[in-house]
Order: sequence, then structure tokens, then C-alpha cells
Amino acid sequence: MATLQFREAIRAAMVEEMERDDRIFLIGEEVAQYNGAYKVSEGMLDRFGEKRVIDTPISESGFSGLGVGAAMSGLRPIVEFMTFNFSFVAIDQLINNAAKIRYMSGGQFGVPIVFRGPNGAAGQLAATHNTSTESIYATIPGLKVVSPSNPDDAKGLLKSAIRDDDPVIFLESEVMYGMKGEVSDADDYTIPIGKARIAREGSDVTIVAHGRSYWLGLETADKLEKDGFSAEVIDPRTIRPFDIDTVLTSIRKTNRCVIIDESNPFASISSEVAYQIQERAFDFLDSPVLRITARDTPAPYAKNLMDYYMPQVKDAYDACRKVMYVN
Amino acid sequence: MPKRSKSNGEAADGRESDAAVEIVPFSDEELSHDSLGLSRDQIIGMYRSMMLQRRFEERAAQMYGKQKIAGFLHLYIGQEAVSTGSAEAIRIGEDSVITAYRDHGIGLALGMEPNACMAELFGRQDGCSRGKGGSMHYFSKDLRLFGGHGIVGSHIPIGTGIAFAHKYKEDGGVCLCFLGDGAVGQGAFHEAVNLASLYDLPIVYIIENNQYAMGTSVSRAFAETDFYKQADGYDMHGAVANGMDVFDVYRAMTEHVEMARNFQPSILEVRTYRYRGHSMSDPGNYRTKEELDSRKDDDPIIRLKAYIIERDLATNDELDVVDEEVKKVVLDSVSYSDENPFPELEEIYENVYAQEDYPFLN
Amino acid sequence: MAIPVEMPKMSDTMDEGVLVAWLVDEGASIAPGDVIAQVETDKATMDLESYDDGVLLKKVVGEGDSVPIGGLIAVLGSEGEDISDLLAKYENGAGKSEQKEAERGTGSSSGGDDQAIAEPSGDGVDASLAEPEVIPAGDGQTKSSPLARKLAREHGLDIGRLRGSGPEGRVIKRDVEAAIGDAPAEASPARRADPRPAVPPRREPEAPLTPAVEFGPDKPDDVVRISQMRKTVARRLAESKFTAPHFYLTIDVDMSASIEARNEVNALAERQGQGKISFNDFVTKAVASALRYHPQVNASYNGDDGVIAYHKQAHVAVAVAVEEGLMTPVIRNADGKGLLQIASETRTLADRARNKQLQPEEYQGSTFTTSNLGMFGIQEFTAIINPPNACILAIGGIRDAPVVRDGAVVPGKMMKLTLSCDHRVVDGAIGAAFLDTVRRHLEQPATMLL
Repeated sequence: MATLQFREAIRAAMVEEMERDDRIFLIGEEVAQYNGAYKVSEGMLDRFGEKRVIDTPISESGFSGLGVGAAMSGLRPIVEFMTFNFSFVAIDQLINNAAKIRYMSGGQFGVPIVFRGPNGAAGQLAATHNTSTESIYATIPGLKVVSPSNPDDAKGLLKSAIRDDDPVIFLESEVMYGMKGEVSDADDYTIPIGKARIAREGSDVTIVAHGRSYWLGLETADKLEKDGFSAEVIDPRTIRPFDIDTVLTSIRKTNRCVIIDESNPFASISSEVAYQIQERAFDFLDSPVLRITARDTPAPYAKNLMDYYMPQVKDAYDACRKVMYVN
Repeated sequence: MPKRSKSNGEAADGRESDAAVEIVPFSDEELSHDSLGLSRDQIIGMYRSMMLQRRFEERAAQMYGKQKIAGFLHLYIGQEAVSTGSAEAIRIGEDSVITAYRDHGIGLALGMEPNACMAELFGRQDGCSRGKGGSMHYFSKDLRLFGGHGIVGSHIPIGTGIAFAHKYKEDGGVCLCFLGDGAVGQGAFHEAVNLASLYDLPIVYIIENNQYAMGTSVSRAFAETDFYKQADGYDMHGAVANGMDVFDVYRAMTEHVEMARNFQPSILEVRTYRYRGHSMSDPGNYRTKEELDSRKDDDPIIRLKAYIIERDLATNDELDVVDEEVKKVVLDSVSYSDENPFPELEEIYENVYAQEDYPFLN
Repeated sequence: MAIPVEMPKMSDTMDEGVLVAWLVDEGASIAPGDVIAQVETDKATMDLESYDDGVLLKKVVGEGDSVPIGGLIAVLGSEGEDISDLLAKYENGAGKSEQKEAERGTGSSSGGDDQAIAEPSGDGVDASLAEPEVIPAGDGQTKSSPLARKLAREHGLDIGRLRGSGPEGRVIKRDVEAAIGDAPAEASPARRADPRPAVPPRREPEAPLTPAVEFGPDKPDDVVRISQMRKTVARRLAESKFTAPHFYLTIDVDMSASIEARNEVNALAERQGQGKISFNDFVTKAVASALRYHPQVNASYNGDDGVIAYHKQAHVAVAVAVEEGLMTPVIRNADGKGLLQIASETRTLADRARNKQLQPEEYQGSTFTTSNLGMFGIQEFTAIINPPNACILAIGGIRDAPVVRDGAVVPGKMMKLTLSCDHRVVDGAIGAAFLDTVRRHLEQPATMLL
């Protein structure tokens, strides 16, 4: 095992895959000469050259569509968004083209592309730089959406995403790029897309949390443990397709569930997961499914407001106690 | 330099008259098939291709009236010289083509099967997109037609990407990216063209200027209506051609394709005219009957036919045989499509993903 | 060959066009592309072009005539050709048929809801809770978590009698577990045999002393437009009631043998993973079988043509309550179908009815109709005949009633059937004999095997 930063794990995945398959190239703003806005692609230009690590002007729509066209022609592009907030300028290419061309061409053309970049809240960057885009992309049939929470998952999942013949939206987090973690150095390490991970076993309450919220989930579980309760923490890892079976198995054991989701609440991933839980594990619920999300507002700026805006461990802890009927 | 000519009368709905777009040929020389290096057989083939497109579109219009075809139907009638002249200028199956939603013409010109094309309009299981695309989404992997796209301008960056792939793979291919005058308004056009010029990609952007984006004439939508001048803003070569003359189109295309093969992307504005509305539900109030009638004199098929007869490349009778054959092919495609079953319900899950066992929710 | 010129669909909101002007005369030679007339649509006046060539043999409509999409406007062909066949075809509705189909498809089906199909009571509640429980609103409702309810059910505990320690008195898992731990005091006996619909018993609230209440001015009524379905139901049933001279026959049926038979077949069905058979399915089968013995009841009155049609098939319609009113999906050839098939088809059709998916061929063509209000506790009622049937059978609920057997009064399970008959088709004796046969089938289920 090696200890890598989240960004290094992502880089390792890209480098390994690009060495394996010369159809893969990386394209985006500042990915080449600048060595990556968040230093994810540091050193890659030197290693692979201009043909395969390509700087673009600020033209998300243009270079996303370029990626789609290249993918349709048999290449395997990795398109980096400096942040997924900027993906909205290109959203037509992701939602109308990448997702649907295989379908509308009757299977003649596929789009084996990865769109990756940081997603979600990133500190006091104000409203347009803090959007969580999971549910916007996860609702579109034809896309896959992945959200790793730690370096090991990031590496394994990104390798799978690059090899996947379907378009994958790979959501990272600015705030996590520096996080260190143990990463498997097994040869050709991949993690399957669509499988959740039970990070911690427990029997009193199920906590479901993806991406950055996963760490909130772990902290919540720690706190509960001090009170004598054991929480089962599940990291979905993939948002679409969502591994609901792992969650349902857990709920059949614990009978309660709290979902932590950093997005705004309405029509978020937590909404969908809660629906699926009540549909399929209704008789196993001893209390309603609760969720902790960001506030139903745009992200503010002031520090105290941002803290109030974001899900907090305390909120998740209180919710868990509530579903366990513990005052 | 072509000038914007002034109005030719009031538009049918009484709006202030729109300036007409002047047709300007690419080549000042008198073009003949010999000078262009086209054989007699090629000329007859091009005539047949244009007739096939024309008859196919007319029959599709009739089928739409009979409700065999639903949704959108954008007819290529009047613009056949553009598709045919372009198809003749490339290596079909090696070079790539992408266009917007008025795609039946180029599809047939490249060689798609009329049966599969009509069946797709009817939404049947053996349609060229298996009934999952419809009129706006003609694709052919073998002929390298990358669609058929419904969102205006959306496909242009894809065209850039296809050219990118040709260069990356070093396979010598070029991409023809067709777009309408309206699409020049989209940001995607500008981003895509800029990238192509920046990266020296093997692509020709063909702006099919049929003078109206749906109901809006080009003079009401664009500060600069000489679209070929867009090229100046991107350090590219730009030119204009007469889209009602298949020879002029061919001449222009061969030159631009050659440029593309040498990694010089370019913009070719082809001025043409569509004789039907934007789509089937367009009552066409934005142009006068007089304007429409005067344009009919420029019909590219009549023009080519006159050339063929004049140069003794074929007799009227021989061309009639072609007409009858084409008419039969189209009628056969209608009966083929009528008899073709609708797709099985399970088809709805096919080709959403490459993954075979994707767990759909419902 | 004669070529019809039909009214095309020239705009997506167009239903019909008005031919405002003919531009050619009969006898003229037409080529493809020629404009032969002008048609006014809902959006604009458009040119009508011909797609084919030929001589204009006949102008079928005149200037000012309105033609629906697909309707015949003119005929092209060779001079002197006989086009009477083609004209006849359009006369009989070809060409418009597609338009009609489109209309019928969007028909007058109305909203579905969650009311169960009119099943006689006695089904009880099974563990998988396929039907939603009837939970009365208002005071006395027991709040409980789904898990608590499941545990209570599994242990035969009456959840209404448990104290809830959750918020707002919600009964939760630990409350049920605690109750299980205590002596199993009055675990209510298997409620499956209970014929009444499964309603959790109310906790009698203490009547609070309320002060007199003042009422303000009336709130305005909810005025609802009469829906298509309601209009149709109203018209047909009013017509039936006022035209057919109804008379009614009631009979009381001892259901004990049917109950036993049903338990047996359902045990088998469950083992085979099939759906359950309800009492209503038994009645459907009994009725269908009886129709074979009493063909005079399996008839339709057609006064206009002066005939009564005696049907060779028994197509039994089952009334289903849907959100907008009533629908009667038909079990075709019910006499030839087994109970499993009747049960499965009835379930499927009832669902489709509730979801507004019933096709015309699924609700038309019955020869007899049944209606069941037993699930609401109704003991007997008179139903209005569903025209053009001759009769309708109203089914009441299975109730506990004292019966005399071998000289002693014992508890029994009785069910009242009321047959409404159209006296123009069916006389008293015939109706009575039919009803008696139905009773015999239900009291001796083996006779339905014949």
C-alpha cells in the first residue's frame, strides 16, 4: 500500500491508463502547461506530450463537444472541468449528446468519455462556485455518475470509469484533493462502478453518505459509539447506478436510516435514496428516513453562514438519535 | 464583394421586408463536368442522387400528412445540390460527416438505404436508428455519418472532435461539419471553430445558408450576414459558394477538402434555398409567394437536368428512366416501412448503455 | 388505378380542414406537385398539392365543405375508370378509421384510484399486505411504524391496544417487543377468517366536553364539471332504468362450502406461487356456469330491430369502482375458464380500469354483469341493469347469521344475491330458476365442475 493524496491517486489512475491505452487523452483548462489548476495533472504534459495532454481556451461547450466527437470516433477522452460549476456552460454536450447518442443512433456510436473535476462546496467561494451537481446528472439515463470519498476509491473508480464504454461523470472535491490515504498498489487496481462499500458495520442505525459527506458520516458514527450505539456507515461510491441493495440489506438489520448529502435538499440524491428505501424496505422501518443536507438556499459567503449552510456532524448525530428514539 | 441587396417586397404577414441574400458563385469560371474531372457516369449518378432526395422528401411530406410520420420533419427540398456536391468531393467511409436535423439529404447522398431511412421516419424496428431516433437522428457507422442532431449548434463541437480524432489517429481523414445559418448564433459554433483553428484540425465547416432560421431571416438575426467572414475572426480561410449549382458546390468542396487534408480548417458558406417550410408545422408567413416562386427558377435539379440534356450526356427518355426508378425505390420504401413492425417494447432498454446488465429502475 | 386524395394533416393541432377553393376541374390532367385546391386549417390557408399523377375523376367534396383528416377529397385515375368501389370504401369509414382510432384511444377513460375491486369481504389480511389497509382518519387512529405493525401482525398482537413510546404516541419496535415479552394476554385469534374488512379497532376516545360551536356563513360549493365518464354512465343507466321494466329477486346463499373450497384452492394456488382467488371470482364462475343452464337469461334486448339476441358465449362483466365512477371490464367466456384464470384476469382488468388503460374491447361485449358492494358491509342492494344485458347480479357481503341445520340453530356464513331482471326479456320464473342455480353452485361448488 502507498500513501497518496487524493489528487495523486487520481493522477496515478490517469497515468496508468494512458500508458496502457494510447487512445486516451486528457483535455481541459490549464491541465498541461500549468500542471493542473489543482495540480491533479502535474507532470503529465512532460510524460505524455502535447498530443495527449491538451490545454484549451475557456470554452467548456467547445471542448466538451470535442471530447464527445473524439469518443464517437473511437478515442477515449478524459475531459477535465476546472470545477463542475463550469460544466453548466457545457451541459448540452453532457446531457443531450454524451448521454443520448448511443441510444439515438440505434447503438451505432458510443461515447466512452469521462468528464471529471471537483464538485460541490469548496469553502467561502460564494454561490456559483459551490454547486453540487450529482442529482442534475444522475437523473439522465445514459450517464453514469461516480463520487469517490477517498484516495483508494478514487484511483480504483477512475480506472474503471476510463475503461467503461459509457459516459461517466466523475465527481471529485477540491477540498479533498490534499487528503491522504492508503491506496492499493496492486497491479491494475480497479473498483467496480455500481458497488457501495460498507465502511463500518453496525446494528443500530444505517448512515448513507457519499463523497465529502462520507467523512461526516464516519465522525457521526464515532460520536454515537461513545454513547454506546453502533452505526453502520455505507459509502455508495457510485451515484448512478446506485447500489440500493447494500443499503436495504443494512436497513433490514438496523431498521433506521440517516442520509448525509451535501447537496441542496429538493430532488437531491437523498430524495431518491429515501424513496427507494421506503418502497422496498417499508416494513423494516421503525422510523422515517431522515436526511442531512445543505440548506435550501444558494451558498453564502460569510464564514458563519457557510457553516450554517453546510451539513454538520451535530445535525447528523441528532438525526441518528432521533431515528433511534433516544432523547 | 457581395452586397446586401434591398427588399423584394413585403413579407406575407406584413412585417417590414427582409433583405434578400444574394447568391454568389464560388467559381467565376464557367464550370463543366470535364473541367471538374467528373465523368458522365458520375454526373448521371449525381442527378439520380438529387432526384432520390427530392422524391424521398416529397413522399415523406405526404406520409406526414397521413400521420405515418410524427414529430418533427425537416425537408431538404431545394438544397440537394449541397449534399450531392459535397458527397461527391469526399472519400465516403473514410472521411466523416456530421450535420444538424435537416439530415435526410446528406444521408441519402452518402448512400444510406432508403428503406431503412423511411422506416426510421415511420418509427419501425428496422429503421436506421432502430426507431429510437426519428427524422432528426440519422446515423451511419459504415458511411461515417455521425448524425443527425436536434439541438441547434450542439453538433458543431462534436464535428471539431471528429476532426481532432482524425488528426490524432493520423488516418488522413477529414470531417465535413454542416450547419445552418441559424446555428452561427450559438456560442458552440464559435467555440468549436476557434478550437479547430487553434489545433489546426482537418475540418470544413459548411454553413448552409438557406436564408431563414425557422421564421427569422438572416438579416433580422445577424449583425454580419456574410457568414464566410466569420472565418476572419478565427484566422481561417472563408469562402462562399452557390448552393443551387451542384458544380459550384463540388468545385468549392474539393478545394476546401484539400485544405482540410493539409490541416487547414475552413468555413465555406453555401447559399441555398429551401422550398418548403422550416418543418411540417411551419405556415411560412415570413416569405412571400413571389419570393418563393422566383427561387424555384433556381431549382438545382432542373438546372442539372438542363445541363445534361444540353451536353448530350443523356436523353430525356434516359432521364425519365432514372426518374421512374427513383420513384419506385421511394414507393417501395413506403410499403417496406408500412409492413415493418414497430419495435418490441424491450427495445426501449437497448443501447442506453454499453453495459449489458445495467439495473434500470423501471 | 384509382388514387384517393385524402385530407392531409397540415399542422400539428389540425383536426379537419375546410376546402375553400377548387383550382382545377374534373377531367383535368394532374401531375405531381400541381396545386389542386386551397384548404383552410386552424393556422392558415394552405395549398393542397397532388403527390401523384392522373386525371381528376371526381371532386368528392365541394367548396366550403369541412373534411376530417384522412377524409376523401377527390379521386385521380385514368379517364373513364370505375371508381365506385373506392368511393364505397370511404363511405364506410375507411380513411377516417385511423382518425377514429386516434380519438378512441384517448377516449373517456378517467382517473384511477386506490379503491379495491368490489370484492366480497372475508379475504382478511395477509402478511404481505397486497391491498392497502383501510385506516380510518380522525381520532382513535393508532400511529405505528411499519416495522412495529409487521411485528405485531407476526405475533398476533393487536397494535391498537399497545402503548406507543414514540413521538405523538407512535407505537414502535420496542413497544411491540415489550408486549411480546409480556404474557400473550389477548392475542386476537387469526383474523383471517374474519369476514369484515380488516379495520384496526378504534380506541374509544373519552368524549371531551366541548362548548357550543358557532358556525359562520356557508363556504361556497365545489362546483365540478360533469366528466365524460359520468355523463356516459348517467345517460346509459338512466336509459336502462327508465326503459327496461326492472324487477328484483333476492336469495340468501349459505357460503360455508364455498369458504372451504376457496381455502383449499388458495392453499394450492399459494404453493404454486399463483395469485389468490376471491369470493367474487367464485360468484363470477357460478354465474357463468349458470348462464349455460339458463340461456334465456344470457340475452340482450334490441327493441329497434324487434329482436332478442340469445348469446352463445357467457361474457361476464364485473363492476369496478374507479376514481371517476364505474367501469365494467369483461371476463370473456367465463364459463370456460377456471377460477385461477378468472381471478387473474379480473385483477388485471381492474387495475387497468383504475389506471385508465382499458381498451374498448375490454369493457364492451358483456352478456351479463355482476356488482359487489360486500366490502363496504352492504348486505343486499338492487343494481341497475347494464344495457344491453338482460340482468345484473348484486352481491352483498358474507355475514355471520344464525342458520338452521339438522334442527339446531348454528352460526353460519350467509350472502345475499339480488338479481335485477329486464321483464321484456326475462320472466319471474326464469330469473328465479337462474338465481337458484347460482345459489346451488355456490352451496355445492362441485356442481361448477360440470
